[in-house]
Amino acid sequence: MALPPLPRPYQDTAAYWEAAKDHRFIIQKCKECGEFQFYPRGVCSHCLSSDLDWQEASGKAEIYSCSVNYRAPHPGFADATPFVLAIVTLEEGPRMMTNIIGCDPESVKIGMAVSVVFEDVTDEVTLPKFTPV
Amino acid sequence: MANAMRDVAIVGVAESDLGRVPDKSKFQLSAEASRLALDDAGLSVKDVDGLFTTIITEGGQFSSMMMAEYMGITPRFTDSTSIGGSSFVAYVEHAAMAIATGLCDVALICHGSTNISDRGGKGGPMSASTDVFGPSQFEEPYGVSTVGSYALAAQRHMHEYGTTSEQLAEIAVATRKWASMNPKARMRDPITIDDVMNSRVIASPLHLLDCCLVTDAGGAVVLTSLERARDLKKTPVQVLGTGEAHTHRMISQMPDLTQTAAAISGKLAFERSGLTHSDIDVAQIYDSFTITVLLTLESLGFCAKGEGGAFVSNQRTAPGGDFPMNTQGGALSYTHPGMFGIFTVIEGVRQVRGECGPRQVPNAQVALCNGTGGVLSSTGTIILGRD
Repeated sequence: MALPPLPRPYQDTAAYWEAAKDHRFIIQKCKECGEFQFYPRGVCSHCLSSDLDWQEASGKAEIYSCSVNYRAPHPGFADATPFVLAIVTLEEGPRMMTNIIGCDPESVKIGMAVSVVFEDVTDEVTLPKFTPV
Repeated sequence: MANAMRDVAIVGVAESDLGRVPDKSKFQLSAEASRLALDDAGLSVKDVDGLFTTIITEGGQFSSMMMAEYMGITPRFTDSTSIGGSSFVAYVEHAAMAIATGLCDVALICHGSTNISDRGGKGGPMSASTDVFGPSQFEEPYGVSTVGSYALAAQRHMHEYGTTSEQLAEIAVATRKWASMNPKARMRDPITIDDVMNSRVIASPLHLLDCCLVTDAGGAVVLTSLERARDLKKTPVQVLGTGEAHTHRMISQMPDLTQTAAAISGKLAFERSGLTHSDIDVAQIYDSFTITVLLTLESLGFCAKGEGGAFVSNQRTAPGGDFPMNTQGGALSYTHPGMFGIFTVIEGVRQVRGECGPRQVPNAQVALCNGTGGVLSSTGTIILGRD
């Protein structure tokens, strides 16, 4: 079976993916302006400070939007359809893309409360995903 | 600046072969469209001293250098701004600025793509890479796609405003009616709202017929000073106002899924033109998906936020409706080679010149063209008028 697209960690993102492998969900908070951000960057996207802190996120989120995808966007998803593509708003504020899993795709609705779960895709890569609370 | 831009005109427009063109490269399509657009203006490639182009697929690196070399052009103004399908509308602003300030005299905007032939003649995904570098590694592993991204926007708009799939289907049906009057349009058979609703769901709530075509195509647009334009073959089409903006690259970073950058670029174009919405006789609104149109109409201010569904109802944008839109048949039914922006400009110019035959909007004096690029990420808005 073909693999899905997988992240190649780089300077900005290595710590995030390393934590995910340990089933920890961490996000960045700026030490200068206090804002959280997602996705991880080398600077704060609010004030351009390089003084960033990694914090354990609560893993709680709300679905901002979702779509049941019936067509595989990549050969690696051929056996995965239908799947729920979603943008969730983290309790800390930032939004992120994810999949909603562990439920009937058609039952997923905007506004639902969800929490983080970890999917070990390969020995090297774990993806944070979300499931209804 | 606003006044200086008015001293610039579009003088030539053309498409290349469209549809399935497996025997021609994207470079050839771009160059053949350029030759035809220069012919349309009564100019030659030797007159071109400004070049504006981007190719986002294989072989497109350093696009303006590559295409200049391909066509034997030595530009003194060059621009490969790459903001997706809206790039070619934004280029009109850039070219007008360059001409108005004397940085170039004859600007050529061109585009070629073999988007369907590159996929072996079938739609569907292109990339099979399993290694994602850069910020998109926070989206691609989750199965993001272009249609999936636009579906997220549609779902949110429905949630916030009660917009329905039937209302989105109105856009596809009206656009097909225009296409039926354009011999160059790929899909010309009439469709109904039921046809759209009964077509398979690709990414909820978007059906197959909510989505644009995948085709090969090239297009080109030529601009020069209004003074020079008055001595050329065709009626000059003035650039009355322009705007551009982008708000994000990835859909998960879009500040508000129900409002596009057209809220910025449209406002700028109206302000700079001194015109209002009621002055617009015909609109060419980038229609990668039906939801793209609905969000853009709201963001441009043709109706209030949330009222797009009602605005497009009862075939308002169809031939004979009071808001003629996408009169060549749009990306939904005419052509869509991955980036559609240049075709909004070409049709806007033809409508203002009055050369659209059966699909001509009577006495169209002013056209608005709006390109959208990326995943609702970038917009370019231009307002064109007959000299």
